[in-house]
Amino acid sequence: MDRRTLLKTGAMMAAAATLPAAISSRARAAGTIRVGLVAKSLGNGFFVAVDKGANEAAKALGDVQVIFTGPTTTTAEGQIEVIQALIAQHVDAIAISANDPDALVPVCKRALARGIKVISYDSAVSPEGRIVHLAPSSDELIGKALNKLAAAALPDGKGKIALVSATPTSTNQNAWIAVMKGDLPNYPGLDLVSITYGNDLADDSYREATALLQKYPDLKVIVSPSSVGIVASAKAVEDAKKVGQVYVTGLGLPSECAGHVMAGSIKSFAIWNPIDLGYATIEVAVDLVRGAKGPGSSLPAGRMGSIAFDDKGVGAMAVPFTYDKSNVEQFAKVF
Amino acid sequence: MSSVLPVATETAPRRNPAWRKLLRWEVLLALVVLADFLFNARISKYFLDPWTLSDASFNFTERAIVALPMALLIIAGEIDISVGSTMALCSVVMGEVAAAGHGTPLVVLTGIVIGFLAGCFNAVLVTFFRVPSIVATIGTLSLYRGIAYAIVGDGVLKAYKPNFAYFGQGYVVGPISFELVLFGGLAILFAVLLHGTIIGRRIFAIGANPIASRVAGIRVDQYKFWIFATLGLFAGLASVLLTSRLGSTRPSIAMGWELDIITMVILGGISIDGGQGSIMGVVLAALLIGLVTFGLSLLNVPGIVLSIVTGGLLIAVVALSSVLGYSGRRRSR
Repeated sequence: MDRRTLLKTGAMMAAAATLPAAISSRARAAGTIRVGLVAKSLGNGFFVAVDKGANEAAKALGDVQVIFTGPTTTTAEGQIEVIQALIAQHVDAIAISANDPDALVPVCKRALARGIKVISYDSAVSPEGRIVHLAPSSDELIGKALNKLAAAALPDGKGKIALVSATPTSTNQNAWIAVMKGDLPNYPGLDLVSITYGNDLADDSYREATALLQKYPDLKVIVSPSSVGIVASAKAVEDAKKVGQVYVTGLGLPSECAGHVMAGSIKSFAIWNPIDLGYATIEVAVDLVRGAKGPGSSLPAGRMGSIAFDDKGVGAMAVPFTYDKSNVEQFAKVF
Repeated sequence: MSSVLPVATETAPRRNPAWRKLLRWEVLLALVVLADFLFNARISKYFLDPWTLSDASFNFTERAIVALPMALLIIAGEIDISVGSTMALCSVVMGEVAAAGHGTPLVVLTGIVIGFLAGCFNAVLVTFFRVPSIVATIGTLSLYRGIAYAIVGDGVLKAYKPNFAYFGQGYVVGPISFELVLFGGLAILFAVLLHGTIIGRRIFAIGANPIASRVAGIRVDQYKFWIFATLGLFAGLASVLLTSRLGSTRPSIAMGWELDIITMVILGGISIDGGQGSIMGVVLAALLIGLVTFGLSLLNVPGIVLSIVTGGLLIAVVALSSVLGYSGRRRSR
């Protein structure tokens, strides 16, 4: 009881301390809206492209400043430190691609309590910790697209396939893999022999892919739903001199995969457009700062049309797009 | 670690009074802390806010709490790089206990006891089986993390009762967090233990020259055993705080923290060869790392630059003090 009252006083003092901040941020809303854009980790090409799209939206909207930041390693602890710094700067909104949906909830709740609009994009934060989640696509569509890609990479639609995923705790990768498994009966030729984790790191993914090639000599396709994993796997196939024998597919960035498409280790792969994702994320965040309600409504997102959010606050942007020899060079220049 | 060094290393440090060297080292650190504080306050208008400072303290208190017994261990001439994994193991077992429906007191007790046991296992490897501490704890670094992954896999444990959140998210008064108060109390306790008791004197003696210490009648292995066990216990305590702050457990929790913690200790002026250092230095180093990283992130400096700064800071401070002849930094030639 005593502790509770203490906590209450603490909360009231917190509210009192943030009051002037709330006023000043309202004053600023007339001028510049500042949005913190948090990546899973820095130095990842995907998030550089997201930032590019975010700045495009900021420019289009005119009075928006994007603060692009993130930890060096893909850890929840690192993201918490980054989010705390954003809270301290009294930004108007924070958009996060979460390394861990649950561990970020307490710090996100703190941001929400201080009047900051918190949304997640790409990889979700649990519903308690955000207003809406903008999924680049739906798990359903991506999981099925991955099976389709795997089948397309097989010469006669039959053979052993294996996965090189990100980390065992990656929210989105796990959701896609679940859909893939559920959809496998529709592809009787696909034989999923192993799921491995390359931790979204080039050297770990390379090691896992090499191990797969040694363990399953008759492996036909490596599917990697990670932009780091697909490149490392393609490199592993090329180094093992198994081009034409084993194909790599999955989700990747055109600029990073173009060389491997030309080398023949990748036939085709898919990705939504991260530039569009960054663009839509900023549009949605600004909608919320300007007073829009999130869950259960449809929010305008500039050139991306309007995005419908369900009652749980989840909205899907678009279906992933397939890249192959015919168009990869052209997109490699973009992201 | 120091056991590999020749016996005759400890004659030179007696030249100056110990307190004077202590003062000089701490003054250097304190000045850097003060400079960085003023720099942050000047460069960011958001820095000088009690709640901002309070939020910033969360970024280092858990690591700093583990750094206190780590300092004792390094002074005694050993090292433990399994503390991050120990924290993960504790967190996972706590998560399982909470998932079984038990209340907060038992959950907290479990975390601390598991940490203690993990520390004891390290201690047995080093003192009984005579495995060099760096080798033993490289082993348990993988082992404890591996067990944590084996128990939870890619799942999450978050059945904690609401009152469990107090340890990592609660405030004692105003913006002063529970974690900060706990760290302050423990720092004083460790300072008294190391600098004011015979136990502390013996820990210095063991690190300075384990063979001479044994000959002088100090039970070296017994001391090392209890320092390892204490370190494990504190890793368990830090795990309680971190788990409470995150409100959930995944086996990847506290990944890489062992190096952050050892960085704090070394920056704090503890000699990696053992035998020298002070708790005050460790506290100041923890404060410095916390201030530097938070100050830079307030300016939205990318994390990559941040880790370069932390690394550079460590090398610069240690190398500079070595050149200037501050205590605990010269290697005997």
